Amino acid sequence: MADTVAPVTRPVPAPHSAREPARAARTPGSLVLRGVAMVYVGLLVLLPVAVILYRTFQPGLNVFFAALDSPEALHAFQMTGIVALSAVVINTVFGVAVAVLLARYRFWGRRLLSAFVDLPVSVSPIVVGLALVLVFGPTGWLGPFVEHHGVTMIGAKPGMIVATVFVSLPLVVRALVPVLEQSGMEQEQAAASLGASAVTRLRRITLPTIRAALTYGVVLSLARCIGEYGAVLVVSNNIEGQTETAPLRVGNLVENELNYNAAYAITFVLIIVAFAAILLSAWIRRRRRS
Amino acid sequence: MGIQVHGIGKRFGDFVALENIDLSMRTGALTALLGPSGGGKSTLLRIIAGLEKPDTGTVEIDGADATRLAPRHRNVGFVFQHYAAFTHLSVYRNVAFGLEIRKRPRAEIRKRVNELLELVHLEQFADRLPAQLSGGQRQRMALARALAVEPKVLLLDEPFGALDAKVRKELRDWLRRLHDEVHVTTVFVTHDQEEALEVSDEIVVINDGRVEQVGKPDELYDRPANPFVMSFLGPVTTLDGQLVRPHDIEVFTDPVGDAVPAKVTRLQRIGFEVRAELGDTGGWAQLTRGQSEALNLAEGANVWVRPAPGTTRIPAPRQPT
Repeated sequence: MADTVAPVTRPVPAPHSAREPARAARTPGSLVLRGVAMVYVGLLVLLPVAVILYRTFQPGLNVFFAALDSPEALHAFQMTGIVALSAVVINTVFGVAVAVLLARYRFWGRRLLSAFVDLPVSVSPIVVGLALVLVFGPTGWLGPFVEHHGVTMIGAKPGMIVATVFVSLPLVVRALVPVLEQSGMEQEQAAASLGASAVTRLRRITLPTIRAALTYGVVLSLARCIGEYGAVLVVSNNIEGQTETAPLRVGNLVENELNYNAAYAITFVLIIVAFAAILLSAWIRRRRRS
Repeated sequence: MGIQVHGIGKRFGDFVALENIDLSMRTGALTALLGPSGGGKSTLLRIIAGLEKPDTGTVEIDGADATRLAPRHRNVGFVFQHYAAFTHLSVYRNVAFGLEIRKRPRAEIRKRVNELLELVHLEQFADRLPAQLSGGQRQRMALARALAVEPKVLLLDEPFGALDAKVRKELRDWLRRLHDEVHVTTVFVTHDQEEALEVSDEIVVINDGRVEQVGKPDELYDRPANPFVMSFLGPVTTLDGQLVRPHDIEVFTDPVGDAVPAKVTRLQRIGFEVRAELGDTGGWAQLTRGQSEALNLAEGANVWVRPAPGTTRIPAPRQPT
């Protein structure tokens, strides 16, 4: 049994004071920093993106739309949609559960769990995929068992979803834990003493408290899920028209089919989606602070 | 009836928070759990509310065993030191919370919440968020929220501890008046002896996980069971190997009966009050300005002092050296 943590009582923060305006960057030090940042962003982000944009539309809009309209491309987007959305739903449910567990309870193995949640951030996604194959593959420890129960993990959607969840769950958990720790347990305890059940407390107190952080974490994890390559590459067996997601499709077009124009078109769509997700999360963060 | 606790014990690791506590708190009374911080009084309150599980012992609320009951089934109103306001809900929705989850009819909720907001003088703040209220207003809201569900007992954990001195004093008087109107069995935790003496019908002094003494405010002040209670409830000084209240020391300018000689080493005036340090005895006497002037006291004067007849005094514990 996990003991509940004694609530950390904090003085209530003062009402938001107006944010201090950032200093104008005019000192020599700040000019150097600005220069470094601009070179970095320019060479590593803007230039490559600009080249892709240029290459995408250089052959003309017909080529662009034709590339996106091919059955392989449509199937790849569909796969990415299914895998990413399923993973995000699982991330949301498990992310809340794990974050509440880590932030609110003290139990044996808590630090270990916390370290394991973060593991996918530091381990290469390829390793994550390989580990899943070793466990759920046809000759893996649990492979035959799940196969017997009618679930094919490797080379099929379930495995791809699990691999995607694995690499993106930390984004949700890490967004939630600080907010849960800061808000403490007193609101839930007050609700309990007023007669609220565990479900009511979650629905009416905990979730509204973490709503902004949860949205932020979910949007970030969505961007990660859509772009995941390594783990999905290993787990999916990368079969065209079956388990090929949009990022895998880009890889195959570049490496096997040498169809660069089609690869640029898909890449462009992925960039737009990721960009939209980042803008959305930045907007949510801004709203949270005000 | 009221609240009964029997043999309550609680440890946090090696730390003994409470040891074999037996107490009974009367129905309708306002009881203070008074003691220094870390003495176990908040833990006891949280055990009564069900927010903490005791290692041993039982809790009875209104004659029914509540030891194994979840907090939400105890019908207890709990007020936290830091308000525990539902930050995302308006003042109105905060107070309505307990009634809404009980699925009471909307009209009934409206009537009851408005009554309560009026009771705590927050009717014009109904639509504000807790963050837009001052500390004192937030605590009044928390009180209205706890009272909304008509709890059998109201438990307050250092309710005024986070407020500044002036608001504290106002809320303290207001709590007393509120209790005289509402008459719900109330237990509140405080480390402020003045607060306990002023507000409560009964005081339970808790220290080091044990009950030191239980009684009415005057009883505890006039007949403390031990040096701890005596020194916790008010100022004390030593005279002739006895603990005495400094305002109970009589000062004479001539030798009188059993009075002992002393020399005034320091004379300090604080408003209407005069403190005379009695150097060779190690104690001090508290006089009014009038008394001091009548005696013509001055630093260096030789005086004779004794505890006024019939006043509280108990043997002083040996001083740790």
